[in-house]
Amino acid sequence: MPLAPTETPRASLRWLGKLHAVGPLLGLLVLCVAGTLLNSDFATFDNMMNVLTRTAFIGIIAVGMTFVIMSGGIDLSVGSMAALIAGSMILLMNKLGTGTLAAHPVAVVGLGITLALVLGAVFGAIHGLLITRGRIEPFIVTLGTLGIFRAVLTWLADGGALTLENTLTDVYSPVYYGAVLGVPIPVWIFVLVALLGALLLNRTAFGRHVQAIGSNEQVARYAAIRVDLVKTLTHALLGLCVGIATLLYVPRLGSATPTTGLLWELEAIAAVVVGGTALKGGEGRVFGTVIGAILLSVISNILNLTSIISVYLNAAVQGGVIIVVAFLQRSRR
Amino acid sequence: MKRLMCVISASLLALSTLAHAAEKVTLGVSIPTATHSFTAGIVWWANEAKKELEKQHPDLKVIVKTASAAPEQANQLQDLLTVNKINALVVFPFESASLTKPVAQVKAKGVYVTVVDRGLTDTSAQDAYVAGDNTAFGKLPAEYLAKQFNGKGDIVVLRGIPTTLDNERFDAFNGVIKTHPDMKILDAKYGNWNRDDAFKVMQDYLTRFKHIDAVWAADDDMAVGVLKAISQAKRTDIKEVFGGAGAKGAVKTIMDGSNPLIKADVSYSPKFIYDAIKLTAEARLKGEKLPANTIIPSVLITKDNAKQFYFPDSPF
Repeated sequence: MPLAPTETPRASLRWLGKLHAVGPLLGLLVLCVAGTLLNSDFATFDNMMNVLTRTAFIGIIAVGMTFVIMSGGIDLSVGSMAALIAGSMILLMNKLGTGTLAAHPVAVVGLGITLALVLGAVFGAIHGLLITRGRIEPFIVTLGTLGIFRAVLTWLADGGALTLENTLTDVYSPVYYGAVLGVPIPVWIFVLVALLGALLLNRTAFGRHVQAIGSNEQVARYAAIRVDLVKTLTHALLGLCVGIATLLYVPRLGSATPTTGLLWELEAIAAVVVGGTALKGGEGRVFGTVIGAILLSVISNILNLTSIISVYLNAAVQGGVIIVVAFLQRSRR
Repeated sequence: MKRLMCVISASLLALSTLAHAAEKVTLGVSIPTATHSFTAGIVWWANEAKKELEKQHPDLKVIVKTASAAPEQANQLQDLLTVNKINALVVFPFESASLTKPVAQVKAKGVYVTVVDRGLTDTSAQDAYVAGDNTAFGKLPAEYLAKQFNGKGDIVVLRGIPTTLDNERFDAFNGVIKTHPDMKILDAKYGNWNRDDAFKVMQDYLTRFKHIDAVWAADDDMAVGVLKAISQAKRTDIKEVFGGAGAKGAVKTIMDGSNPLIKADVSYSPKFIYDAIKLTAEARLKGEKLPANTIIPSVLITKDNAKQFYFPDSPF
C-alpha cells in the first residue's frame, strides 16, 4: 500500500509548528516590552542582571529537572533538598572554620562547596535507586523526601536560622556578588550549566536514551537501553544541579532557614513545562527551560517595579501569564 | 466482659477523684510547629515554661503539643481532652475561625481555656486572652521614623503575608505616617516574612526608587534580606532599616551598635507563650481566674534597653 502524500504540512501548520518552538521566547519578549513601557528602569543593565542572577537558582535546577521530566519522572523534593544542603554546608563550614582549618578560610569554603555537590548527587542517586530498584512512583519517593529533607533541616536549625560565620561569609560572598566582565558569577554558571545540559541532551547517547525512555519505556527496554541506569543518572544529575544552585545560594544571605527553597520545586517544574517540555515525558528543550525560568522571574520583577495592580492580585497575574505562554507553545496533537 | 468494663470504669473514676482531691493541674499547651524562627521561638519558650513550672510546682503537669495545620490542631485538642485529661489549656490557634468550635468544645467539658495571640471569632469559647500588641508593632516604628527624620522622608515598606495581623500592623503604621504630610510611603509589597523574598522585593525597590530614606521591613528576618540588597547595590541614601519582633540577631546588632542602619526595633516576642502558660498555671493552682484580656505590650528597643530583650539561648 503506497503512503498517502499527506506528509507535507500546509504552510499555516508549519508556521504554527515554528510558533510552538518560539512561543516562550515570544512571550518573554512581549513581557520585556511591556515592562519597559511600564517602567523605563526595567530595561537597565543592572535590573537585567538582578533578574538573571535571581533566576540562576531556579534555572540551574530546572535544567536538571528537564532531564528528569523528559524521562517521564518528576522530583518534588528539590526545594527541600536545597535547604538541607545549604544547612549542612553551613554547619560543616562553621565547624571547620572555627576548628582545625581556621587559618585557611578558602579551603573551608572549598570543602563546603564539595559537600554541596556530593550531597546533591548522592540524594539524587538515592531517589533514582528507590524509583528503579524499589519500584516506587517518583511522585511518591520525592514527596516523601520533600518532607524528610525539610524536617531534618528544621531540626538541625532548631527551627531558627543557621548562619555562616562572618569571616567565612566575607570569603564566600564573591561567589554570589562578584562579577566577571560585568556579568555576575551566578549568571555565568547558569549559562554554563544550560550549555552543558543542551549538549548532553542533543549530542550524546545519554540524551537520546532519556528521550526514548520518556516516549515509551517498554520500547526503550527492548532496544537494549539500560533504563534503570539512565533513570538513576537523570535523578543524580538533577541532584547535582540542586547542589550547584545551593552553593550559589548560600553566599547570598549566608544563612539557611526553614523557609529556604520553599516552593522551588513548583517554580522549577513550571519553568520546564512553560519552556515546552511535555510533562508526560518524551520531548523537550533545555533552551526552552532557560527561557521559561527567566520568564517566571521577569513577571514578579515587573510586578515589583510597578504598582498599577493591587498587591493582592500578584499571584493572579503570574498565573495568567503562565497559562497564556503555555497556550502559545502548546504542541499539536 | 461486662465485669471487666466495670472494673476499668471504677478504677478510672477512682483515679480521677484522686487527681481531683490533690488539686492537680494538668495543663495542655497546643501550639504551631516550628516552621520559621518566630514559631521556633514559640516552641522553645513553651518548653522553657514547662521545665521551670514543673520544677516549682509538683502538682502541675504541662503537656506541650505542636501541630502543623489547623485540622491537626483540632484533633490534638480532642486528644488532650480525652487521653491526657487536661483541666487547663493554653492554645495558640492556627486560624481564628476554624479553631473556634474545637476550642469551645474543650471549654464545654469544664477545661479552663487561655487563648494566645490569635483571637477566636467567638470570645465566649475562651476564659482568658493573652496577646502581643499588633497596633503598637506598626505605630512605634512609624513614630520613631517620623522623629528620626523630623517628619520628612520617603519610606518603602515590606509587608508579611496577607493576614488580619499584618493588616493591623500596616494600618497602624500608615495611620501615623499620614499625620506627617511630608512623609511618604513609596510602596508596600509582600515579602512573606522571609529573607529571600525580602531580598528580591528590596532589589526591585532600589531599581525603582532613586532616593529612599528609610525601610520599614516589619520583621527582623526580612530586614536581613533588605540589608543584603542595600549593600549589594552600594546605596548610601538609606539611613534606617527598621525590622520588627526583636529576634536575637537584631537585638544583638542594636546592643553592639554594629550596623549603622539598624538602630531600633520593636518587641513582639514569642515569650508571650511563656507568660501565658505561667499566668494560667499559677492562677489555676490557686483556683483563681485570669483577667479576660492581657496584652503583652510591644516596646521600642534601642541601645539603652536592648539587653533585657536579648535571650542568646532562644532560637529566635
